[in-house]
Amino acid sequence: QKLAAKSNPAFVVMDKQTPYKDATTYNNYYEFGTDKSDPAQTAGTLKPRPWSVVIEGEVKKPMTLDLDNLMKLTSLEERVYRHRCVEGWSMVIPWIGYSLSNLIKKVEPTGNAKYVEFVTLADSKQMPGLRSSVLQWPYTEGLRMDEAMHPLALLAFGMYGEVLPNQNGAPVRMVVPWKYGFKSAKSIVKIRFLKEQPKTSWNLSAPNEYGFYSNVNPNVDHPRWSQATERRIGEDGFFTRKRPTLMFNGYNDVASLYAGMDLKRFF
Amino acid sequence: MSFTPTPKQFKWLKATLFVLALIPAGRLLVYAFTDQLGANPIEFITRATGDWTLYFLCITLAVTPLRRLTKWNWLVKLRRMSGLFAFFYVSLHFTTFFWFDHFFDIGEMLKDVYKRPFITVGFSAFVLLIPLAVTSTNGMIKRLGGKRWQWLHRLVYLVAMLGILHFWWMRAGKHNFEKPIIFGTIVGVLLLARVYWYLKQKRAARVPERGSGRQVTSASS
Repeated sequence: QKLAAKSNPAFVVMDKQTPYKDATTYNNYYEFGTDKSDPAQTAGTLKPRPWSVVIEGEVKKPMTLDLDNLMKLTSLEERVYRHRCVEGWSMVIPWIGYSLSNLIKKVEPTGNAKYVEFVTLADSKQMPGLRSSVLQWPYTEGLRMDEAMHPLALLAFGMYGEVLPNQNGAPVRMVVPWKYGFKSAKSIVKIRFLKEQPKTSWNLSAPNEYGFYSNVNPNVDHPRWSQATERRIGEDGFFTRKRPTLMFNGYNDVASLYAGMDLKRFF
Repeated sequence: MSFTPTPKQFKWLKATLFVLALIPAGRLLVYAFTDQLGANPIEFITRATGDWTLYFLCITLAVTPLRRLTKWNWLVKLRRMSGLFAFFYVSLHFTTFFWFDHFFDIGEMLKDVYKRPFITVGFSAFVLLIPLAVTSTNGMIKRLGGKRWQWLHRLVYLVAMLGILHFWWMRAGKHNFEKPIIFGTIVGVLLLARVYWYLKQKRAARVPERGSGRQVTSASS
C-alpha cells in the first residue's frame, strides 16, 4: 500500500539503499520469532488497523490518537537513514514519517518529563513469539527527553514509499538512527512521559551487554564481539572487508547531547 | 536381533552415508550460486557449518551407546567417517570465520580468540579436534598403540562439551537457549551412558562371581 511523502534532503544519506527484499526478510522482531527469517513468515497475523496510540504521563494534554489522526499530525517526509544493528550488520533504508518532536510539542510535556518510554504491542493472538520468554513482554524502549526531541528521532509509518510491512514494525515505530537498531521500538501502542529513566527490554535481559543509551560507537565493543566494523546487508559481498562503523553511526549532530558524558560507562 | 551386513552391503552403506554427509555442504554451494543464502550469506554459512559440526559430533558419540544397545558391533567401523565429517564441517566453520571475518589476518583473528570467551572456547574445540583427525588413520592407531590412541581420542568428550558451551555462550546474550539445550541434553545423555557403563563394569569387576566376563573385558570408548 503506497504512502506518499516528500523527500527531505536534509535527512538523506547518500549510501546505496538496501534492497527492499533484504530489508523485509532479515529482521529482528522477537515477537514473531528469534530467527531473522521468522518475522517475514509469521508477522502476517499482526493487524495494523485499527490502531491507536495512548500518550500519557507527565504531559499537560494526555491523549489517545488513532492511526489516521497520528499520521495527519504534520506532513510526512521521506528520509534515508543508515541503520546499524548491535549484531554488526547495517542497512540503508528510506523511511517515511516525521520528527517525534512534532508529537511531543503537541502533548505539552510538564517540567517533570525527563524521559520518554515506548511501549509496544504484546498480544499473543497476533504474535506467536510471545510464548517464548526470551525477553520481557511487552517490549519497551526509552529515550532521554533531549534525545527524543532531536530532529533525527523519527516517528515512522512507512518505508520504500509504502506503509510499514508488519515485520518492520507496522503500523508505527521509532527510528533513532544514531543508536543500535533495538532502541527503535516497533508497533508502538503507548508513549509515556516519565520522571525516571524507564526500564528497557534488552537492558533488563542482559544489562552488561545492552545499555540504556546504546549509541552506535566503534570504540565500545559488545562483550562478545567488536563494534568497530559492520557488514552492509545486500551490498558487501563475500570478498569485501567489513566497513568501519562510524561514531553515532555518522550522525555527528547528536554529539552535543552527550557532552561531558563518559560513553564507555554510559554505553 | 543381531544384524551384520555382508562386506558388499557394508561398502554400499558406507558409500551412501558418505554422500548423505556431504549434502549439507552441497546445499550451501547450491544456495551460494542461486542466491538463496538470504540477506547475510556469511552468517548463514557460519551457522549451518556450526550446526553440522555439532550434529556429527553427536552422531560420533552415539556410535558406542548404539552399538552396546543393538550389539551391532560393525557400527564402530563407521565412527571414523562420522568423526572426520565433524572435523570437515568445523574446518569450514573456522575458515568462514578466519576468511570472511578476518580476511586471513592471523593477528586480528587471535586477538578475537583471546578477547571473546565464546570464540576462545570454540577455537579450543577446533584445535583439539586436529590431533584426532591427524591420528585417525589405521597406521597412526598402530603407531600409537591401541591403548594410547584410545586415551587420546577420549578428547572428543571434551571437544563436544566445549562445542556446546561455545554454542550456548553465543546464544546467551539473546537468551535463546532452545537449540543449545537440545544439543546439550543429547551430548549429556551420551556421556552419562558411558559413566553408567563404566561404573557398572567397575562393580562387576569387584564382584567377579556376579559379573559376566564379557562385560568386564568389553572396552568402552
